[in-house]
Amino acid sequence: MYRIDFNKLRFLIVDDNPHMRRILRTLLHSFGTREVYEAEDGATALEMYSHYSPDILITDWEMPIFDGLELAQMIRQPEAKGNPYAPIIMLTAHSEKRRVTLARDAGVTEFLAKPISSKGLYQRILNVVASPRPFIRTRNYFGPDRRRNTTAGYIGPERRHGGEADIIQQPSLLDKARVNT
Amino acid sequence: MSKPRPGDIQVATFPTHQVITQANPLRRAMRRLVEDAPAEPADDPVARAEAALASLSGEFGDWMAEECQRLAAAHADLLRDGVTKDSRAALFRAAHDIKGDATTFGFPAAAATAASLCRIIEHAPDLAKVPDELIANHVAAIQAIVREGAGGQKSEVQRALNRKLRGVADDYLAAVNRDRPEHLEAILAPSLVPEE
Repeated sequence: MYRIDFNKLRFLIVDDNPHMRRILRTLLHSFGTREVYEAEDGATALEMYSHYSPDILITDWEMPIFDGLELAQMIRQPEAKGNPYAPIIMLTAHSEKRRVTLARDAGVTEFLAKPISSKGLYQRILNVVASPRPFIRTRNYFGPDRRRNTTAGYIGPERRHGGEADIIQQPSLLDKARVNT
Repeated sequence: MSKPRPGDIQVATFPTHQVITQANPLRRAMRRLVEDAPAEPADDPVARAEAALASLSGEFGDWMAEECQRLAAAHADLLRDGVTKDSRAALFRAAHDIKGDATTFGFPAAAATAASLCRIIEHAPDLAKVPDELIANHVAAIQAIVREGAGGQKSEVQRALNRKLRGVADDYLAAVNRDRPEHLEAILAPSLVPEE
């Protein structure tokens, strides 16, 4: 059994609606988080993301200038200056399966449909903190492994081919990103 | 090989993809609960958050009224300026915000009506050709729901109003999208969130 020390986590919340930002901030503070930064559009969020290196980003989808989906795509650039691996939780009023798929393919880690609930938010945060997924890089995707289950019963098309892997170790990009800020 | 530090990355390269594994950089925020240790004081972060949210609820009525005013203003701009990229986006965002937050604010029927309005804006092939009354009736219904408040018999009337509007909107969208299967599929697909 684990407990999350929220006071050791730094959040960036991105939503153009001030009421939703207030609700999110209230929930995160009541979980125990001290460091919560806020942005009201994707462009500001990207700047704050580079500056503050948040541990977890929670973003709305529909926003002016550029939206949450574009924000996720910009963060998930393997050669980006900032940390491309931070968990992204998409909190949105979009509730169609097609949207979930789009968000997943943009590199979003967790999807949470509004109306927001304390329990739903807590569980998404618990997932990204306690059970991080490996990242996959292909010709046209970079982001958390889109296969949440690795059961032998997978019946979809096999797009990955195995074989012997070359394995290399690299130092922490997160440390590098924090040094650069 | 030295023990990986949090954030260190291991890259396994396969012919078609790479698998990148990190020692959990957020491990520092996880604390294992020792089974035999003296019981820690009861701590339920979700209950704390619910209580904090309840303490904000006194403001929800005013917030909802502001969201309604924003929707009405966006609708007035659309009527005045016609359908432009900006006027369409402003109306959609105002409706979309109500779809997302009205339930939290205690107005689930307003959220459902706003969801119907979002579907019209998103899936009508040409918003300028949508009958004015269809949009105006959605906006007016949301305003009426918020003005009247929720609860008891009012909620039943609001649900009936919403069902009626949603039915008319869905019939319209099905008719104008009969040659656009990707939109038709999206319109008919079930929502991830239970309907009001």
